[in-house]
Amino acid sequence: MSFLDQHLLSSLILLPLLAAVVVALLPRESVGLQKLVALVSSAAVFLVSLKLLGGFQATAAMQFKETLPWLPEYGIAYRLGIDGISLWLVLLTTFLTPLCLLGSWQGIEHRQKEFGVFMLLLEAGMIGVFCALDLFLFYIFWEAMLIPMYFLIGIWGHERRIYAAVKFFLYTMAGSVLMLVAFLVLYRESGLRTFELAVLAQSPVPPALQAWLFAAFALAFAIKVPMFPFHTWLPDAHVEAPTAGSVILAGVLLKMGGYGFLRLAIPLFPQAALDFGPWIGLLAVIGVVYGALVSLVQPDLKKLVAYSSVSHLGFVMLGVAAFSTVSVTGAVYQMLNHGISTGALFFMVGMLYERRHTRLIGEFGGLKNVIPWYAAIFLMVCLSSIAVPGFNGFVGEFLILLGSWSYDWRLVAAASLGVILAAAYVLWMVKRVLYGEVTNPKNEGLRDLSARELCVLVPLVALALFMGVASPLFTRTIEPAVAGLVEQVRAQQQGAPSAAQAPVTAPAPGAVAEGH
Amino acid sequence: MNPALVPHAVLLSLALFVIGALGVFLRRNVITVFMSIELMLNAVNLAFVAFSRSWDRLDGQVLVFFVMTVAAAEAAVGLAIVLALHRHKDTLDVDAFSLLKG
Amino acid sequence: MEDPLLNQLPFLVLLLPLVGFAVLALFGDAIRDEETEARKSGGQGLAFRLRAEGTRGAMLIACVMAIGSFALAAWSVARLLALPADARFYQPSLTFDWISVAGFTVPMGLLLDPLSSVMILVVSGIGSLIHVYSVGYMGHDPERVRYFSYLNLFLFFMLLLVLGGSLPLMFVGWEGVGLCSYLLIGFWFKKESASAAGMKAFVVNRVGDAGLILGMILAFSALGSVDLLELRLGAEGLAPEAFGAFGPVTWVCLLLFVGACGKSAQIPLHVWLPDAMEGPTPVSALIHAATMVTAGVYLVSRLSPLFALSETALAVVAVVGTATALMAATIALVQTDIKKVLAYSTVSQLGYMFLACGVGAFWVAIFHLFTHAFFKALLFLGSGSVIHAMSGEQDMRQMGGLRSKIPWTYWTFLVGTLAIAGIPPLAGFYSKDAILLGAWGAHKPVLFGVGLATALLTAFYMSRLLFLTFFGRFRGSHEAEHHVHESPASMLVPLVVLALGSVVTGWGWERLHMGEALNLVLAHAEGHGAHPSWLPVLATLAAVVGIVAAWYAYVMSPEIPGRVSAAARGLQRVLEEKWGFDLAFDWFAARVVVGGSESALWKRFDAGLIDGTVNGLGRFVDAWGRATRGLQTGLLRGYALLIFGGAVLLLSYLLWIRPA
Repeated sequence: MSFLDQHLLSSLILLPLLAAVVVALLPRESVGLQKLVALVSSAAVFLVSLKLLGGFQATAAMQFKETLPWLPEYGIAYRLGIDGISLWLVLLTTFLTPLCLLGSWQGIEHRQKEFGVFMLLLEAGMIGVFCALDLFLFYIFWEAMLIPMYFLIGIWGHERRIYAAVKFFLYTMAGSVLMLVAFLVLYRESGLRTFELAVLAQSPVPPALQAWLFAAFALAFAIKVPMFPFHTWLPDAHVEAPTAGSVILAGVLLKMGGYGFLRLAIPLFPQAALDFGPWIGLLAVIGVVYGALVSLVQPDLKKLVAYSSVSHLGFVMLGVAAFSTVSVTGAVYQMLNHGISTGALFFMVGMLYERRHTRLIGEFGGLKNVIPWYAAIFLMVCLSSIAVPGFNGFVGEFLILLGSWSYDWRLVAAASLGVILAAAYVLWMVKRVLYGEVTNPKNEGLRDLSARELCVLVPLVALALFMGVASPLFTRTIEPAVAGLVEQVRAQQQGAPSAAQAPVTAPAPGAVAEGH
Repeated sequence: MNPALVPHAVLLSLALFVIGALGVFLRRNVITVFMSIELMLNAVNLAFVAFSRSWDRLDGQVLVFFVMTVAAAEAAVGLAIVLALHRHKDTLDVDAFSLLKG
Repeated sequence: MEDPLLNQLPFLVLLLPLVGFAVLALFGDAIRDEETEARKSGGQGLAFRLRAEGTRGAMLIACVMAIGSFALAAWSVARLLALPADARFYQPSLTFDWISVAGFTVPMGLLLDPLSSVMILVVSGIGSLIHVYSVGYMGHDPERVRYFSYLNLFLFFMLLLVLGGSLPLMFVGWEGVGLCSYLLIGFWFKKESASAAGMKAFVVNRVGDAGLILGMILAFSALGSVDLLELRLGAEGLAPEAFGAFGPVTWVCLLLFVGACGKSAQIPLHVWLPDAMEGPTPVSALIHAATMVTAGVYLVSRLSPLFALSETALAVVAVVGTATALMAATIALVQTDIKKVLAYSTVSQLGYMFLACGVGAFWVAIFHLFTHAFFKALLFLGSGSVIHAMSGEQDMRQMGGLRSKIPWTYWTFLVGTLAIAGIPPLAGFYSKDAILLGAWGAHKPVLFGVGLATALLTAFYMSRLLFLTFFGRFRGSHEAEHHVHESPASMLVPLVVLALGSVVTGWGWERLHMGEALNLVLAHAEGHGAHPSWLPVLATLAAVVGIVAAWYAYVMSPEIPGRVSAAARGLQRVLEEKWGFDLAFDWFAARVVVGGSESALWKRFDAGLIDGTVNGLGRFVDAWGRATRGLQTGLLRGYALLIFGGAVLLLSYLLWIRPA
């Protein structure tokens, strides 16, 4: 297994690809075997990815680096590596994929083979995005990931799947095409004749150009996050996607927006990031409140969760915009939290859909009478989602708010509205779905969670609790990477607070905070 | 060729080209259209040769060989397409093939 | 002098209820369906007996965990008191942190000092009594295992709240008790009103919690710490201008006070507490009277060194507390639901405690918290016993004359009423007197006057409750009258214990000099004026006047209340509408937030404007395509002609037009 040890990241990308080929070659009739191979191989990928934890050092450096020349005349190479930020996102990907395959064991009723293939291809693409250290390679993975997702929505989605799939595709393409142009301009203007991220970040282009390039990058990533007002593809995509698609979409794909800001947009264009920061922060906070308010009135469970994602990721983007070590660490942590709790929520909504073939809140009510275990776990997942301390969400949100306070306390104060509204929209939904008498006779005979479904949910809930009480186990690897990033970026900004400097708290002269 | 004849040759070439073009526009039989295209190509060839003579350079004549090669290839591919079209619709009327209509 | 055991004991105090919860939650399901099993097997089969034993065992586990936790708490406090006064600080801590990022560290650390000692005794002591009471009260509920698991979980979080050594850890308990409150208010989730009340409680509390979160953040950035003890040091190290009327210290205090308002039901966040009475009555006693709702008072007292630095914050606390005390007392006058009267009474008494905080008499606030826990728990449990006797009826207009039918309940209830009214030598007299003295001593005559008036009102509405319930004729149906019965021993024993507590705690507190012990950790104003001897007399007089007036109006000549309300119809209306707070909240939540989000934000802005723009773009491209598709005839010769024509045009341009 020395190849595995030497090329851990490549293995993580290649294994799902290989598994996809194997599944594709299996005979069409043996559906069970196809599902089994897909599940086992994705579980194996997860186990292999755990090896990352073993060898990972809690430093800011890129680790598990691999480099293979590809198109040397253009400075393009196959460059992989991860730091504390991407480490956890890779693990989140490998963790969620087998759960998705297990969770879709029955929900996917036709073309199971293609489903497995696309899921594995998607996994490879997502891991590739998080590992790529070369702009060209990044772009290839970024686009490659889009294709399986498009088919997941378009083939296994619900009634308006084609509309949603096309909308998803066009939205993402619109952003990423601009990003590609920005890549090429950056390549020409930097004069470095390379697509290597680390080299490009060392010597940023002139500020005037930065603004344009940053805008192009930011648009691509803001659509992906999604930030207000580029979010309207998300509810449609979520509603129409099959359960696994929604889980991956919310769990991993949305994270690529925030990740893109942290990995590409901000380090490549530090000055522009500083200048645009307040606007991003403002849009983020509008997203927090707006997403929560719109979520409040959704009649469809999936739409409700989708808009809640807009709100949650607004928190993440607030942390990114504030760009202090604490806030960005919180943002990265919150990305993981959101992947777990919202992933679990989508699983649970999907389980209801499999039973009742509807997602309308009005169709339910009193489910706690009929399916108590489902109700108990659903409530726990909801509590994790609304950041009750003890669950994971609180740590992330608190760190974001804490770290952003010195950036702009007004944004933090406004974002705290999201904390209140989150309780409102989630608990109101819980009340209408779980509590009361069973008024709809169709709900009377529902069966409670099966062993398979418990296998999907228990790891998620357990992880949500674990991340809520043992956050240092995670942040000790996230923080050095973030601190390194903040330091590197701040050093290249003019008129920025230096990384170690005490922030100025609006109402508090002489305040002292982080970094002491 | 007598250099004095060059204008005549160019005029002939022009006449041939116009006849070919009209053939392409007006005739409906695919084979006829095809032959008209060949006629246009050869009109161009004639012009090339004539101008080559008048400038006293060989480039034009070299180009004629190119055109002849391409025309041969085109004839091979084109006739194969014509055959396929005929098999498909049992007619050689160009207007019958309007699948590209928007 | 060191006591190493005190570094472990507090964790054990916490651990027991948590274990109880875990056991009940994980294995509760196996024994949950006792009733179905009984129907299946006619109450015979082995499975039924196992399940019946299982539920009994589960209740036993819950009670044992609660009582064990109380025993451990008492033991820790005893050991703590054995130490010299200046050594009574313990900060037991686990070896790992809860949060640790870039200089912001929240250790898993507790704080055991005289203040938390008082609190853990109250919480685990009253908690144990209510566990025992619940065995009788909830013993026939089909979901009693779930109920007891929540009760254990509540105990854990409440103990964490009072033992937490830093604001964030305290906040875990803070939201945790809110969560348990949500679960227990909505325990009978089939009832629409119960689940709605639970949700309302959580959401309104979240408003306060958001303030608390912001307060913690500001505390960290302004004072450099979130540790309860270091906060005070941080504040002392600040430059003088930080203590201005609206300096950071004031803001920290005010934001934290927003949190306290949410949890302790102060204006304007008090609206959730009366609704919370939808929960089982023991829950109302434990969570919504004795313990959880006092968390705000605890928070303010715990940070009293900080609050004492800000005149503005103290003034706000005092005014909000006093206003709440008066407003809730007036609303209690017209309530007809026995539990609602008690609920508003609780709101009023909590206002009293904040009044004490606001005038700088923090130890008095804790004193009143302590005595109030006893008599209010007693009153709630007594009302539970009444409701039990009345087969679930809560409307006082259907009661009356219960004195002779449920004597144990009556006598203990009487003790509770006298205690809350402030009749010496019962507990309420001591603490209420101390509060009034604090207000007087701080030279706040208005607060003092309002406090006194509230004391009178308190005595009046509590006596009204007593007289309507236990005196006069029975006003309910004959069937109900026939059914009235005294409660089982498991319910009466806690009543008696609490009645004893309501008698002796005030006197005992003074005898044990608890105030002095607390003042080591609380801020306190030095050199209050002497205790004017007329003050206790005046306070007692107010209480007596209130009781006598109620006696006159509800026993001697029961037609008076009708005449008064007819004369003051407007006031009656205002009070019945609870000064309009609930209406305003409902209007704001339903119309502004939900209605506005639905019509304006979602339908018009999101679906209309944003999505409309995007889809409009798509439609534009589509329409353009449709408009130009006619050019695509599909006729080859047409294309050829176009190409030819184009070539001719291009050539003519290049050859003739451009050169010219």
